Amino acid sequence: MMPLVRLTGLSVAFDGAPALRGIDLSVAKGEAVGLVGESGCGKSVTWLAALGLLPAKARITGSVMLDGQELIGAPAPVLERVRGGRIAMIFQDPSSSLNPVHRIGKQIMEALGLHRGMTGSNARAEAKRLLDLVGIPDAGRRLDAYPHELSGGQNQRVMIAIALAGQPELLVADEPTTALDVTIQAQILELLQSIRRQMGMALVLISHDLGVIAEACERVAVMYAGRIVEEAPVAQLFDAAAHPYTQGLIGALPPMDGPRRRLAAIPGGVPEPWAMPPGCGFAPRCQFRSAPCDAAIPGLMGLSDQHRAACIRVAPAAMPLERIPA
Amino acid sequence: MKAGGALLEAEGLVRRYAMRRGLLGRAVEVRAVDGVSLKLERGRTLGLVGESGCGKSTTGRLVLGMETPDAGRVSFDGAVMPQPGSAAWRAMRARMQMVFQDPLGALDRRLPIATQVGEPLEIHGIGARSERAARVETLLRAVGLRSDQGARYPHELSGGQRQRAVLARALATDPALLVCDEPISALDVSIQAQVMNLLVDLQEQFGTAMLFVSHDLRAVRQVSHRVAVMYLGRIVEEGEPDGVLHEPAHPYSRALVSAIPHPGRAGQRIVLQGDPPNPADRPSGCAFHPRCPVATSLCARETPALKARPDGRLVACHVAHGEVSAGQGHARQEAA
Ligand SMILES: Nc1ncnc2c1ncn2[C@@H]1O[C@H](COP(=O)(O)OP(=O)(O)OP(=O)(O)O)[C@@H](O)[C@H]1O
Ligand SMILES: Nc1ncnc2c1ncn2[C@@H]1O[C@H](COP(=O)(O)OP(=O)(O)O)[C@@H](O)[C@H]1O
Ligand code: SF4
Ligand code: SF4
Ligand SMILES: [Mg+2]
Ligand SMILES: [Mg+2]
Repeated sequence: MMPLVRLTGLSVAFDGAPALRGIDLSVAKGEAVGLVGESGCGKSVTWLAALGLLPAKARITGSVMLDGQELIGAPAPVLERVRGGRIAMIFQDPSSSLNPVHRIGKQIMEALGLHRGMTGSNARAEAKRLLDLVGIPDAGRRLDAYPHELSGGQNQRVMIAIALAGQPELLVADEPTTALDVTIQAQILELLQSIRRQMGMALVLISHDLGVIAEACERVAVMYAGRIVEEAPVAQLFDAAAHPYTQGLIGALPPMDGPRRRLAAIPGGVPEPWAMPPGCGFAPRCQFRSAPCDAAIPGLMGLSDQHRAACIRVAPAAMPLERIPA
Repeated sequence: MKAGGALLEAEGLVRRYAMRRGLLGRAVEVRAVDGVSLKLERGRTLGLVGESGCGKSTTGRLVLGMETPDAGRVSFDGAVMPQPGSAAWRAMRARMQMVFQDPLGALDRRLPIATQVGEPLEIHGIGARSERAARVETLLRAVGLRSDQGARYPHELSGGQRQRAVLARALATDPALLVCDEPISALDVSIQAQVMNLLVDLQEQFGTAMLFVSHDLRAVRQVSHRVAVMYLGRIVEEGEPDGVLHEPAHPYSRALVSAIPHPGRAGQRIVLQGDPPNPADRPSGCAFHPRCPVATSLCARETPALKARPDGRLVACHVAHGEVSAGQGHARQEAA
């Protein structure tokens, strides 16, 4: 099946410092893919680049295909139609989100006008339906509320309503619950699940929390220092993580039962973009590091049909990703 | 120093703030902390969990005497907390330190790390100048920093290294008590593990008692000997971490535990209805009743007291104590 979105060799550099170093990732229609990794590893930049939202100084190479259409270097009007239309994004930065001086109904109706040409009472009725859908009580009256009159969780629901206004085929949600309390996070995750079921929409969920991703996604891609280092269905990743970084991330989670042991913390921190190791980006923190790790950047190798990892210790005999028959 | 017994005891702490809504709005009273009692033993850790705004940080400031409670009292090492700002208080403060969430904000950008780690020694006049440098080196080593890293400025360190520096500074005066307010929340998962391990190691090495404030129950289990769950300014449950985590007695603790994201958990969780609580608009009776799935009509009228179950677990809930059988929740009652 042709994926809905396919990123190939997507790379981004800011002022000569690489932020993304060749991302290959596909999202199928209706699929939920999680993206995890340490702060600064490039999760947000991946999708900002794909949607043409990075500042002009960003040097972008590689390809982002949406249903056969190239988005990298696409003219502005094309990108504007895609953004909020076929692909919607909920941003990590709350300040860039809702406009504090406009009523929320107006902000939803604006998106409806832009992407579906709806105006007047039609738009208002649809805005109310969307607020209902995202679980805001008394939606009809809340259309006239300002963002500061709603709680953080409700504002996040409004953000989701705006994202849904263009009936997107893919929703990219960047840390949609990080700023929220755990009980409210649970509400929003449940909401995202039910919307996805109802609308058959694909979801890319960006989070630093493996637990959140495990719950909401079918497949996970683990990023480290601007690259994807492992990719697998959720259950396989937890049962049989192959990359030492992924193993480290899982080991770093405090267990909920059993004796209290020291956590298997990953030593050190992420490399700076201007001081990338020559080979594997994880090498300075890796307990299995050996000479070949520094010789070349390990590529993603297939361990099984859907499980890939970029580490020289992983099934050295396996075929490189490119040669796996589609 | 008295042997045995509690190092820190707080009884019936209340802290109110006046909050004005808008420019012309009437000032409303916010009861940030509404009758909190807690006890912390030497060399042990008490975890304090709850949603944002429930009064965890305020409790932390009250027990350190950084703020004066409107009611209630704090005693440290058997003595009543002196008036904040007094000389006696400053002397006592050397023995209790605070670690905040944001390590960058807690450090001075213009000074090298080592200078800042040594600062409390100077402030409290501990040791001769010549001894201080050696003490700073020891402290840096204790938190896993190299001495050459001591020469660096805060922005030249990673988030985890900065939090280590903050811990080294907090430990400089060899405090008996460390209040850690969300010390790992701003850090990456892999770094959180480093800091949790470090806290446990330091406690073992120095015998420091800790109040560990966090909204993350798993982290609290990892480092604490006891855990107290807060809701709207009150402790609603307190007990051993494993007991509370595996068999929560209060309906709010149950929701909190079930909200922990966990592989394979989806679909089985209790999703609370409604918004997080607002301390300026405290519900009557049990403050949790508008969101509680088992609330009864009694819950809206009478505030449940925090008291021990036969097994010793402290809970504040009418249903958990069998004073009334589980209801259908407030929302459903209203609709009916
Ligand atoms: N506009 C920009 N100018 C310069 N560097 C940037 C810019 N945006 C991002 N970067 C850099 O690109 C890298 C990847 O950033 P990105 O925002 O994608 O991280 P992330 O994985 O989303 O992290 P987090 O979990 O903290 O959100 C970082 O090193 C970041 O500092
Ligand atoms: N200095 C202050 N002035 C006014 N209100 C405050 C002040 N400090 C805290 N509050 C309020 O008290 C409540 C509890 O706050 P806090 O103790 O910071 O909660 P937590 O640490 O659990 O998130 C919140 O409603 C907060 O807004
Ligand atoms: S390639 Fe080498 S350094 Fe990188 S993760 Fe694998 S073993 Fe570790
Ligand atoms: S059952 Fe009643 S007393 Fe217990 S938590 Fe629910 S509302 Fe509060
Ligand atoms: Mg980001
Ligand atoms: Mg706080």
